[in-house]
Amino acid sequence: MRRPRSRAAFVRVPVTTLVTTLCATLVATLGGVPAGAAERRVTLVTHDSFALSESVIDRFTERTGIEVQVLPLGDAGQIVNQAVLTRGNPVGDVLFGVDNAFLTRALDANVFERYRSPAVDGVPEALRLDPKHRVTPIDYGDVCINYDKAWFAERRIPVPETLEDLTERRYRDLLVVQDPSTSSPGLAFLLATVAEFGPGGWQGYWKRLRANGVTVVDGWEQAYYDEFSGGGAGGDKPLVVSYATSPAAAVVYADPPITRSPIGTMTGSCFRQVEFAGILAGTKHRAEARRLVDFLLSPAVQADLPLQMFVYPAVADTALPAVFTANADTADDPYTMTPARIGARRDAWIRAWTGTVLR
Amino acid sequence: MTPTVRARLGTVLAAAVPVVFVAVLFGYPVAAIVGRGLAPEGTLDPEPLRRVFTDPALRGVVWFTVWQAALSTLCTLVLALPGAYVLARLRFPGRSLVRALVTVPFVLPTVLVANAFLALGVSRSLGAILLAHVFFNYAVVVRVVGTRWRNLDPHEAEAARMLGASRWRVAREVTAPALRPAVVAAATITFLFCFTSFGVVLFLGGPTRTTLETEIHRQTTRFLDLPLAAALSVVQLAAVLALLWLVGRSERRAATPARLRAAREIEHAPRTPGAWVLLTANLLVMTALLLVPMAVLVVRSLTPPSGFGLDAYRALGDLRRGSTLFVPPLEAVGTSVRYALAAATIAVVVGGLAAWAGARSRSRWLDGVLAVPLGVSAVTLGFGFLIALDEGPLDLRGSAALVPLAQALVALPFVVLLVGPVLRSIDPRLREAAAMLGASPGAVRRRIDLPIAARALFAAGAFAVAISLGEFGATTFVARPDAPTLPVVIARLLGQPGEAAFHAAMAASGILMVLVVVAVVVGDRARVGRFGDF
Repeated sequence: MRRPRSRAAFVRVPVTTLVTTLCATLVATLGGVPAGAAERRVTLVTHDSFALSESVIDRFTERTGIEVQVLPLGDAGQIVNQAVLTRGNPVGDVLFGVDNAFLTRALDANVFERYRSPAVDGVPEALRLDPKHRVTPIDYGDVCINYDKAWFAERRIPVPETLEDLTERRYRDLLVVQDPSTSSPGLAFLLATVAEFGPGGWQGYWKRLRANGVTVVDGWEQAYYDEFSGGGAGGDKPLVVSYATSPAAAVVYADPPITRSPIGTMTGSCFRQVEFAGILAGTKHRAEARRLVDFLLSPAVQADLPLQMFVYPAVADTALPAVFTANADTADDPYTMTPARIGARRDAWIRAWTGTVLR
Repeated sequence: MTPTVRARLGTVLAAAVPVVFVAVLFGYPVAAIVGRGLAPEGTLDPEPLRRVFTDPALRGVVWFTVWQAALSTLCTLVLALPGAYVLARLRFPGRSLVRALVTVPFVLPTVLVANAFLALGVSRSLGAILLAHVFFNYAVVVRVVGTRWRNLDPHEAEAARMLGASRWRVAREVTAPALRPAVVAAATITFLFCFTSFGVVLFLGGPTRTTLETEIHRQTTRFLDLPLAAALSVVQLAAVLALLWLVGRSERRAATPARLRAAREIEHAPRTPGAWVLLTANLLVMTALLLVPMAVLVVRSLTPPSGFGLDAYRALGDLRRGSTLFVPPLEAVGTSVRYALAAATIAVVVGGLAAWAGARSRSRWLDGVLAVPLGVSAVTLGFGFLIALDEGPLDLRGSAALVPLAQALVALPFVVLLVGPVLRSIDPRLREAAAMLGASPGAVRRRIDLPIAARALFAAGAFAVAISLGEFGATTFVARPDAPTLPVVIARLLGQPGEAAFHAAMAASGILMVLVVVAVVVGDRARVGRFGDF
């Protein structure tokens, strides 16, 4: 009988220690949330790409005594749908990141309450897409086709300039785009083609693109890193749907540092995206939420946006960082579409696109 | 109260904990979101369900989902069963490291694995989906079947051989029936993972290949077509329940007790040329299928544009410093480990009770109930959380607790699978002898059941840690405060253009791999009791 007893004793020590340690971890993890700890706090629901300088947010908290909790909940489409589902009992107080592609879905579902920030006076009329002030424009950017400069230079092929150019033989098998039913830039590019070729012509254009060997992938990451030759991760297609600011990001995130971006922007292919913030109806922190919206339009945040999220500040005359002005592009005359028109036809266009391009 | 009644009450109470856990964290949220979709006004609208079966495109989606999962499971079994044998029975230098390495794929983010496969020249196709499913689920078979194989007493097989049975006959009539419960369990879990696989289908199948999971995701997150998403979820759930019911039924009939022995008394060095060939062939398969794609990630993390070295790992700690997007790598490791330990503790306690209750009854329905969450769409569950867990004490939205709870839900079935058979194998005579010598029922549990189960619980816990470290599906849809785990950090880095960000993501995956190897090696090293030392 000695062996089993000694074994049992051997077991009990580590098991007890282990259980104690694990329980402590459990309590620390589960209880580590300062729920309602701060007197004044506001929760910002946003997409996964949201970024600001910590020092900028800290200054807001210092000045106002309001603590900001950031809750990233997926991409632009997901956060809108989650807001619609939780209408009346929202997860947070302010939502940032709804864009013109999904704006009407949020507005039609009444997920926002009205608030007109005084700072919106500094925003150009063209970006103020909701006259009822349920949402406030914070930034904008262009979804465009990026090209790999070296690829075109080595082969002495001119870079395509218009959407129509992409159907030419010499650009066969060079373009990668995203599925608009799963990707925000993919949807924006589809809208650009609808804006260019009109309701009667855009499907014909996609047929020609398809015949010319367009590659469709699920998301931006797959397009940029798996397929694009300028992404530095092994792809071989020199044309990709991305952003007008991607050339600047490629410089900022280069290691070792570079001064000239390896990628360029086809400025004739751009669709303008505007990002908005809105106060979620049912918020229990209305005053704090309003301060947060004002803050998003404040000079500190507006100047911070370009290098944090690679977008253009909505407030006119905000100074841009040098690396940004040197490398980021904007289209002089991007494709645009009213949110109402997008909202009415978006899902039908995506379904028609799926039928034309994938089936 | 008679001792029998008290014992039965204990079993019922032990079973109640996992049942309530799954009901609150899975049943209720899924019912809420499906109800919102199919009965928005309170009355059931069968139209969306009808659509799933009449629309040829949707019917095609259902059919493709089923057969690609079945085929993936078959491929996984064919390739991984010999591997499970080799790792269970043959002793060779470096074996515990190999065991740990084959577990790593299980936790890697699909987006990185897809990138590695494409870099190796695999093109987006059905073959790529199958290959990736084998890559991710190899560990399931090795763990679940290997565990049984390691402890299966070879005495009966040897006796049969001695009595003149052919090798083939022994394999078919002695070894196969004894292994069957483990093989069926591993196949079931692999099937469920492939049935609901998301990233693999999207990133490696290309946009023309659609499964129930990707379609539910599209309908929920893009079109907000809740009725159709709910109908698809119901079909998915029904298929999973039907499968689990069939498995449970066939297993109840086929259940054969097997004699178990300590692994170290069974395993041996390869003696015959055949054994050497088997060992070499399997190591080659593991290398080509598992190690090479992993090596791509490691090599890329070590070869950023600035040249060979640790620059990508350094960049991980520097890129975007000062931004809310920045997470110090050590902090992400800490968060990952804390969540994983919490999730593993929950899974071990809840799963341990389930296994204990299951061992004391002949019915296996509890195992089935706990496996259901594996077969249901992560986006359905995540959106269900949002609308169901939104009031009073259950308002877990935005709470850090939801992440380990969701991870524990995924790890639970594994704990039951790994611990249940060990508890069932305890010789009742051991308990009776102890009781006869005057031990109280509590003392029997403490002195006999617990020590024997402790080893299995510990190993199951280590595997639960590994699962939680890599879990991305359910937790991405969970409203959580901004304490990102390593997989979340990887996803964020890949959301930015720029080579440095890409290579930093590779570095983060390198760290994730090391963590998993450590978790598995620690789990494998713990040596307690005679059985279950897998």
